[in-house]
Amino acid sequence: MKQYVMGNGAIALGALSAGVRLVAGYPGTPSSEIIETVSRAPHEGVHLEWSVNEKAALEVAAAAAYSGARAMVTMKQMGLNVASDPLMSVAYIGVKGGLVIVSADDPGPISSQTEQDTRRYADFCRIPVFDPASPEEAYEMIREAFAYSEKYNTPVLFRPTTRVCHAYAAIETPDSFAPGPCDGFVRDPGRWVIFPRLSYMNHGKIEQRNVEIGKDFSSFRFNTVEGTGSGKAVVTSGVSYNYVRECLKGHDGIRLIRVATAFPFPEDFMLKALDGVQEVLCVEELSPYIEEQILKTAGKHHLALKVSGKLDGSVPHNGENSVELCSAILDRFLGIRTGLAQTDVSDAPELPVRPPVLCAGCPHRASFYAVKQAMKGRQAVFCGDIGCYTLGNAMPLDMVDTCLCMGAGITMAQGLNHMNEGVTCFAFVGDSTFFASGITGVVNAVYNEADIILCVLDNSTTAMTGHQPHPGTGRNMMGNAVEKVSIEKVLEGIGVRKILTVDPLNLDEAVYAVEQCAEEKGVRAIVFRSPCVAITKPQGKCAVEAAKCVNCRKCIREIGCPALTTVDGAVTIDRNLCTGCGLCSHICPVHAIGGEKG
Amino acid sequence: MNKDILICGVGGQGTVLASRIIAAAAMEEGSSVHSAETIGMAQRGGSVTSHVRSGDEAYSPMIPFGAADMLLAFEPGEAVRNLRYLRRGGTAVVNTTAVKPVTESLRDTGYDGSEMVNYLQGKCDCIFINAEEVCKPFGSTKFFNIIMLGVAAGSGHLGLKSETLLKMIGQYVPSRFLDVNIRAFNAGMEIAGQTSGNLKGE
Repeated sequence: MKQYVMGNGAIALGALSAGVRLVAGYPGTPSSEIIETVSRAPHEGVHLEWSVNEKAALEVAAAAAYSGARAMVTMKQMGLNVASDPLMSVAYIGVKGGLVIVSADDPGPISSQTEQDTRRYADFCRIPVFDPASPEEAYEMIREAFAYSEKYNTPVLFRPTTRVCHAYAAIETPDSFAPGPCDGFVRDPGRWVIFPRLSYMNHGKIEQRNVEIGKDFSSFRFNTVEGTGSGKAVVTSGVSYNYVRECLKGHDGIRLIRVATAFPFPEDFMLKALDGVQEVLCVEELSPYIEEQILKTAGKHHLALKVSGKLDGSVPHNGENSVELCSAILDRFLGIRTGLAQTDVSDAPELPVRPPVLCAGCPHRASFYAVKQAMKGRQAVFCGDIGCYTLGNAMPLDMVDTCLCMGAGITMAQGLNHMNEGVTCFAFVGDSTFFASGITGVVNAVYNEADIILCVLDNSTTAMTGHQPHPGTGRNMMGNAVEKVSIEKVLEGIGVRKILTVDPLNLDEAVYAVEQCAEEKGVRAIVFRSPCVAITKPQGKCAVEAAKCVNCRKCIREIGCPALTTVDGAVTIDRNLCTGCGLCSHICPVHAIGGEKG
Repeated sequence: MNKDILICGVGGQGTVLASRIIAAAAMEEGSSVHSAETIGMAQRGGSVTSHVRSGDEAYSPMIPFGAADMLLAFEPGEAVRNLRYLRRGGTAVVNTTAVKPVTESLRDTGYDGSEMVNYLQGKCDCIFINAEEVCKPFGSTKFFNIIMLGVAAGSGHLGLKSETLLKMIGQYVPSRFLDVNIRAFNAGMEIAGQTSGNLKGE
């Protein structure tokens, strides 16, 4: 069957066709659609879950692989930081069934906090890594990844990047999938229980094995050489390989080397590929990993080789590559002219800036506004977190003073509290992030006597990554209705004394809740509960009564809702965007904004 | 035959559906197709693009600058932002109705898209359509993406048969909205018929 799918879909279908029996992960752009594709494809007999976070996902999947089943874990690159604890250890222990850890990197970064490189993790943990250049390759390569994982009894990393994850291509797949075998867990404490002695033994074996894998990878079909030209060669990997190919259309013969397995480095392959080459240019994204391996190889074998790339400034360290960037780099290195004639746009008028903003009607806007109103004139600091609500930083709300990583807002508010007397410290966290890594932070706050106000922005979904369910939503990826984990009860169980629940769209009530909490000490929590507008029907539409409006524009200035605009100088509500949340009607000093139930 | 189509606009305008229908139609006509879309944070009111590439020599998932045969711009400022993708002699279908960013309401620079339209006229072959006007008979801007498809098809520069596009529209839109979508597509075709005579041609 031919299917037109996203790279992430290709990864999912490839894993299903390889007989995967358990898939777990945590949502994160650019990886989220892998699990979503599995859930939509026929997957009878496959255990599928959005785990509470990446660490949980990897541990669940590792045990499945101990049991002899093929298992896959999916996450974005920073999720691998969360999962790095089990990752390092399972690398020592090894697996029985194939275990593939998909960690999607995000050069740019486009939707991430860091430009980290998963290939470094592979090297750090001493496990193989696969780097597909396109959706078609991803489909084929993930199946190879399972095979290699089982051949060498090791977990393997699979590292696509955003442009591979989000590219679409037609893939030929079987009509149905059947999960592979699962022998069941066999007790063997000498194999499955990590102890210093076992780690010492396995460390030695792993290094020996990696030499073997490096040799094996030297004949891996996705490590390729094109062109017979000598003198100069271009080495590339991942999507950059396709950017370079795009540039070199019509320039036949240039030697193009592509490495799809950065670790263990296929040294024999590279030595052969570099035969007759004196100058090599490395075009890769994120870190200069392959470039360093080539330098190492050149030193080891006394090659008279000039190596260019990120380390000599030929290729930028930061940002993603593109056809245009590669074209300029190749032109300089090869002394040729690539690239197409372009329209000159240097004389273009100034373009409107379009930063991402909270959607019209988003309840987060109301929550932030309520806190802002309640704390007017008082000293306060607002710790943000990862999710749609990071957008609360934008003007005019301007309600995010720190943002670091998943769950950090809760703990950073504590550190700020301990060092900044007289300042009320707020932590904003979304419902999914609360479950993923917020709970331990609340325990820390209660135990270590912090004075913070925790604001849980509960919109009943994981909105930013595409509306995935989580433990508070009452449904899971097996399609079952399950008991909702109650945020209030969790807080109560931890020992938070003051817990208020409000609807942020009821502005007066929400402001009053914040004022009440601001008067007290200790850990106080407010659950702002209102569903994401993208998963609910609009409640109606608001409209401005032109006769009453005095055009003071307070509504626009205070909340920055995308539905509020001016047409011919008059404040207007865009009916196509408005959800009837009514926040603006609470703000209007002359009551010129009315609601209309739809 | 290689054909590169760049679709651009603002998150929420329905560019993704338009690009999926173009990709599906190109496949239906036997081409090898690749595409790429903006996903994630930028979808929240930000600039979005979809790249649809058909033909065997499309390596990069994104269209290189200077390669797009057609620019399908749902917003005039976005047309200018993405003009570098259009090849010399390529055609731009441009909505003249501006989408003001929230920051614009706060700062009031007077952006209304007209300076973009003026600029584009001197730069490439353009077919302009006014979304506000053409959407009136439909009572909603919801079908504007399909009207744009109709214009693109009617211009003759999309390289796809209108029957194929209509067939794919049938597969992609809910059946209860099929009739109105077909009307939207035909309305677009008509607009193209009226305006394409003004083009300089290739």
